Amino acid sequence: MLRALLFALALCICLPSARAQQSGGETLQSVLQRHAEEVADPGRRSVGTVIEDLVASGLPGVSEFLERWQNKGVFVRESDGLFFYAEPQGNGYALTDISTLEPAGTASDMTEIRPNGGVRRVIGAALVQFQLSDPDRARRVAALDAIERSPDADQIDPLTQSIENEPDPAIKRRKERLAGNLAARFADTTEERVAAIERLSSELDVQTRSVLNLVLASTARAAPSLPEDANIARVLTPGTDITEAEAYARLVAADLAPPAASPDQIKALLTSNIVDGRVGGVPVGQLNTDDGRARAYAALIDDVDTDVPALVTNETRAAALSNHVFFEEYAEPDPAITDAARAALDEVEARVARNQMLDISLDALSLASIYFLAAIGLAVTFGVMGVINMAHGEFIMMGAYTGYVVQQIIPDYTASLLVALPLAFAVTFAAGVAMERLVIRHLYHRPLETLLATFGISIALQQLAKNIFGTQARPLTSPGWLDGAWVINDVVQIANIRIAIFVLALLFLGLILFILNKTRLGLEVRAVTQNPGMAASMGINPGRINMLTFGMGSGIAGIAGVAIGLYAKVTSEMGADYIVQSFMTVVVGGVGNVWGTLAGATLIGGLQKGIEWFNPSNTLAAQTYMILFIILFIQFRPKGIVALKGRAAGD
Amino acid sequence: MTQGFLSKNPSVLWFLAILGLFTVVVTVLAEATGIGLLSTSFIKTLGKTLCLCLIAVAMDVVWGYCGILSLGHFAFFGIGGYAIGMWLMYARTEIIVTESLAAAAIPPTPSEIENAIGTQIFGVVGSSDFPALWAFSDSLFLQLLMVVLVPGLLALVFGWLAFRSRVTGVYLSILTQAMTLALSLYLFQNDSGLRGNNGLSGLQNLPGLEDTPQSVVSIGFFWASALALAMGYVLFAWVVSGKMGSVIRGIRDNESRVRFLGYHVESYKLFVFTLTAIVSGIAGALYYPQAGIINPAEIAPIASIYLAVWVAIGGRGRLYGAVIGAAFVSLLSSWFTGGGAPSIPLGFYTINWTDWWLVLLGLSFVLVTLFAPKGIGGLFDYITINRAPQRVGDFGPDKGALRREEGQQEPEERRP
Repeated sequence: MLRALLFALALCICLPSARAQQSGGETLQSVLQRHAEEVADPGRRSVGTVIEDLVASGLPGVSEFLERWQNKGVFVRESDGLFFYAEPQGNGYALTDISTLEPAGTASDMTEIRPNGGVRRVIGAALVQFQLSDPDRARRVAALDAIERSPDADQIDPLTQSIENEPDPAIKRRKERLAGNLAARFADTTEERVAAIERLSSELDVQTRSVLNLVLASTARAAPSLPEDANIARVLTPGTDITEAEAYARLVAADLAPPAASPDQIKALLTSNIVDGRVGGVPVGQLNTDDGRARAYAALIDDVDTDVPALVTNETRAAALSNHVFFEEYAEPDPAITDAARAALDEVEARVARNQMLDISLDALSLASIYFLAAIGLAVTFGVMGVINMAHGEFIMMGAYTGYVVQQIIPDYTASLLVALPLAFAVTFAAGVAMERLVIRHLYHRPLETLLATFGISIALQQLAKNIFGTQARPLTSPGWLDGAWVINDVVQIANIRIAIFVLALLFLGLILFILNKTRLGLEVRAVTQNPGMAASMGINPGRINMLTFGMGSGIAGIAGVAIGLYAKVTSEMGADYIVQSFMTVVVGGVGNVWGTLAGATLIGGLQKGIEWFNPSNTLAAQTYMILFIILFIQFRPKGIVALKGRAAGD
Repeated sequence: MTQGFLSKNPSVLWFLAILGLFTVVVTVLAEATGIGLLSTSFIKTLGKTLCLCLIAVAMDVVWGYCGILSLGHFAFFGIGGYAIGMWLMYARTEIIVTESLAAAAIPPTPSEIENAIGTQIFGVVGSSDFPALWAFSDSLFLQLLMVVLVPGLLALVFGWLAFRSRVTGVYLSILTQAMTLALSLYLFQNDSGLRGNNGLSGLQNLPGLEDTPQSVVSIGFFWASALALAMGYVLFAWVVSGKMGSVIRGIRDNESRVRFLGYHVESYKLFVFTLTAIVSGIAGALYYPQAGIINPAEIAPIASIYLAVWVAIGGRGRLYGAVIGAAFVSLLSSWFTGGGAPSIPLGFYTINWTDWWLVLLGLSFVLVTLFAPKGIGGLFDYITINRAPQRVGDFGPDKGALRREEGQQEPEERRP
């Protein structure tokens, strides 16, 4: 009946004018009066006929009426039983005529019609058909959502017919897709369904995959031999595809084998049948082995009259397994359809895998740019100057906290970001210069002690940050235009903030290369790196250059801190999270070379994401394996990917 | 070269005498064996400190003598702790489980006992099966062997890989730190088989000694720790004395020259690295039963850096310096962080030492590095009578071999 009703609805949608003319003198009110009782007090069963009749009438106000009816906007006048739309006004109601939508005076003897939840759902289902062609875009979308939630064979026709007149290209595309999905599942003939399924194979969204999976839904079965008529998905071998215990449980479930007594059942029965320290003639002391228990149990079930399951030995179980076949059977009986769906699903999944690869690559690139930003400052101080700065992570933290403080003062996120970036650079530059002058300068010939002294500074700074800002994470909110993500398709997407970090990393790569290769400062830095004594005799002040270089490296760490703080939380320990990875990046990339740092960051970022791909739930394992890989990598290229050659390489 | 080992190293005798005296004093003051002036928990703290002193001595040998700044020795320490902890936990759970199952009407089967133990131990990480790692956990002897073998083998493999590719200096430090990080990250996983970040707990309860009060157990462990420290000290004093000690110190001062002299530098370094790792493992195996709990956070790279801090503050290149540093800093640290130090009111702000101790430690560490590279142990140089060194022919013909002060390279050129 519902099918007929919906078909009528469909007709009504495509031929409204024609039907309206045919209905002659009938008005909405007169149709309603024919079903006055059901309309006034609708029940889930009776409401169907009313809707059917309403839709069959083809009157233009039907959709409006259904909606108001659903939303408790229809009233009945007690005096003559006529239906009106009504709004409360003063003590009474302002009425609107249902057929003409014109004001119909006021009245006070009105009763609100309150359909219950079940009825409203039925009305809603009928409404979906109208809403598909509704002029309001939001309602068309809502109707599509409703169909997606509960797809049904009857929706195919109205949906297909609403496609042609759809003005919005996006919704049109969605309708087409939905119609294809429905056709794949519910179309009448095999040919239609196979054709629809084949069309699906060019998609990759989650919905298509779930439709195909629904077509391929199968149930696990066991039988003495493979049934001839069944559409079999695959045959399972106990021991390889399923465990023997599982296979036997299936046999039991299918009444093909007697249930086996579980160890707990055995134990319970034995415990309840101890007689004079013996169970079934076996002394209790011997029940501490499975064998002893089995003997006692076997003896018991002969004596005791209970409905406990028999003991199934391994031999009987193996025999039962070998006498039966285990297979999965498709719910869909037609093999042509399941074959087509299988092929389509394989194709879709291959495409999904390719896109996932792309997605992982984008993720890896983003992670690499974060590592690059964190490590590039270190590459300058460690790589160029040979000074190992364990407080580098704390400079990152300092930059992030600078961003946080600026945001407290300047509420506008975009403006505060623009202030925070140079300010973070300035703060950490100053800190770096101070550290170089006060500590590092005195330890140039003792690199291991630089490591320790800077570590001392690092724990002091970390604790200081804890004392000032507390232990809880502080937010560094990104401006609105950095929210959201760039969505390429259902699988591939990347957050805008990550794109911004990538751009920032590129910017700094360019900047550092420019400074080192094209400016006077860079020239002097390179000279001091290669031979401080000779540089000094050329009039360069190595002390000043070292100070500036160190300040620059620290300053970049500060900017990296703002960038990292934008997508992660700002805590006093955030620097420590990046310091080891940063050192790895520099060491793997090769010391003393910006390009090496880039290569190192790419390798480490790619590697980490690559390992995560194999085991996505476990980032800890990914990091573990990555570090092990790096330790091995250092074995084969101790100088890193980009190794300096000649004199610059030092020892 | 006819002098005996002890007469050449009088500090060893001094150290042993002081350690012995300390042990006797503590024993007399302890609850179980003496007048009960020291609480059981303080005895445990002292015992733990002795274990830390032992690993500090090991660290001093590998860093202060051999010049390898290893940031991974606390990983070996932790492995030792885990190895002994596995047995402690297994054996104790076995006793509890057997007792509770014995109360049932039917005696349990071996597989039932094992399942129950597994559920008891691994229930916290949602598992009940024994991972392969626990294969030997039922045997004290095998687990004790693991205490020595696992750190030893790990150090051997890692050291061999690192030294043969000539990774030195800060690179090596970073690499050892990476190793530590990898290990702690691995242990943090729930499916690593070592109870993830829950770690192993209840280690202070020795299986079979349930009736012995903790005061007795603690003094027992204190003696064991003191004995281990004494033996470790003598072992390392012997290693770093004599010809081998000279080679090891030579490697620290200039590795290439020692190599050109014909010594196989890698073997020496590997020997020192592995031996110190084994001793670290033993120290850990003594430490964690006193601490009662071990979890992966103990192995985190920061712990190993603190170890270096202790040694640096105590004074590198002298074994007693490491002991002083470890004892001084770790006891001071627990005094400050435990709220023992009085807060300093400044009027506008009160310096609360639980918050500011790390700042103080960090800054004083920087100052020690800058101004007192010899650490606390350097103070002894002021009271030692300056005897002529008992060395013959130590200064070579090349001025580059000259060391006016041990461990200090002569400046080769004056920088502007």
